[in-house]
Amino acid sequence: MITDLELERIAVSVRKMTLEMIYNASGGHTGGSLSAADILVVLYHSVMNINPAAISNEDRDRFILSKGHSVESYYAVLASKGFFDKTILPTYGKFNSILAGHPTKKVPGIELNSGALGHGLSVGAGMALAAKRSGKSFYTYVLMGDGEQGEGSLMEAAAAAGHYHLDNLVGIIDRNGLQISGPTELVCRVDDLAGKYAACGWSVRFCNGHYIKELRERLLSAPFEKGKPSLLIAQTVKGKGVSFIENKPDWHHKVPSEEQLDRAIKELDKQMEELINA
Amino acid sequence: MHENITPCRKAFTSALLEEARTDNNIFVVTSDARGSVTLDDFANELPEQFVEVGIAEQNAVGMAAGLASCGKNVFVCGPACFYSARSLEQIKVDVAYSRNSVKIVGVSGGISYGALGSTHHSLHDIAVMRTFPGLNIYLPADRYQTEQLTRYLAKSNEPAYVRMGRNAVPDVYSKGQASFTWGKANVLHEGTDVSIIATGETVYHALEAARMLEQENISALVLDMPTIKPIDREAILMAAKTTGRIITVEEHSIYGGLGSAVAEIV
Repeated sequence: MITDLELERIAVSVRKMTLEMIYNASGGHTGGSLSAADILVVLYHSVMNINPAAISNEDRDRFILSKGHSVESYYAVLASKGFFDKTILPTYGKFNSILAGHPTKKVPGIELNSGALGHGLSVGAGMALAAKRSGKSFYTYVLMGDGEQGEGSLMEAAAAAGHYHLDNLVGIIDRNGLQISGPTELVCRVDDLAGKYAACGWSVRFCNGHYIKELRERLLSAPFEKGKPSLLIAQTVKGKGVSFIENKPDWHHKVPSEEQLDRAIKELDKQMEELINA
Repeated sequence: MHENITPCRKAFTSALLEEARTDNNIFVVTSDARGSVTLDDFANELPEQFVEVGIAEQNAVGMAAGLASCGKNVFVCGPACFYSARSLEQIKVDVAYSRNSVKIVGVSGGISYGALGSTHHSLHDIAVMRTFPGLNIYLPADRYQTEQLTRYLAKSNEPAYVRMGRNAVPDVYSKGQASFTWGKANVLHEGTDVSIIATGETVYHALEAARMLEQENISALVLDMPTIKPIDREAILMAAKTTGRIITVEEHSIYGGLGSAVAEIV
């Protein structure tokens, strides 16, 4: 089994690739991509039953990036897992590239075109219900944003998932506390997230969304309760990994300058060095 | 001749139930509309292929897309007015853009609901659905065509929008007559003076009009257009060339519907 340390190293390399893609394309969603990076790495490199050589296998676990704008770290993780060659990452956002600014099924391994918020949980519930009705044992994971929780359609999906006892469905909220206009609770409150989902029949757990060991343990323990869908509220830091990007609302989709990219890469290289020497 | 008492929605659910008995990948998703759609028989007989989500059209379409992405052929059924507005983004993104095999079946379309008022009318649905790449659009004219369309859709993995009305309508076709060929219009009445192109439950009335015009020595060509998208370009051009005049008939706003589709071609 891949070690926590190896996952941490992959996460640092994913953050580097993420920033380089955004710099190259002069556009992207920096903060949310960085906050979701560890969750994506843990899912793809240690939790999900997936094989890049068999992307149509009916028994594969399914993943939906409902917060589709965090696409850069998603592409980086898919490339790091071998779904496509890393050499195409620099084409991100360019004319004729398969790597658009939000996920599309043109990219090997992506299950749904996403980017309009509030859709992923319904589609994930449909996948989980399909598994139940077909006697299949795969899991469906849906990564959502916390600002995204303003979308009412998510509560429709949550209610149905609870109603149908979809304990093969795992929702994850990247709870970085910030959306484009500021802190989620000041823009228009989304809490009590745990209470809302619990009221719909979900089993809810919290974790540190950057602590690889805890993330992995939590995700591998799903379903948290038999007969209930699982919600993991991952407490994260928007822009995680780069000191001057962390917790700054304007880095939601700010693009680093050349000098900022250099500084960020240096910080990440230092983190990698520490992990290699660890 | 006995008056038809079978509405298209009932012809649809009867045919779908027959198909679903031998194909357990056919699923129905509905939003507290099993009565409106006449789905009770389906729900009772094939509960494992039936999904009720309550009054939640957005979730109905999203879940249908998820089911479809796992190999199901999913029919989302409910009033056309709600599906064609409330869940429009799910139809755009999760169904059409993501190319999932979901059929949105809107019943009681147009002004079928009459005195219930504008909230329950759908006079915009053809217009909006036409703009989504990859989404085919069908309006059957009567129960027989509805049945043939349903059997075609049961075997097709395309995303589609289907609209039918609420009440029983007079038959245009007869039992056993071929009435639906994908993407093709049907010439129902030959004529040389004027063309009437109609879709859905207005087709019968177009045919009646042609018969009335005949009394006045006006020869009307009547085209039934059950597939609105992709539209039968050749049939429209043929009608234009044959008669030089086209009248379109539809239960829809004059903006963006069949009339617009025809005008885009001629």
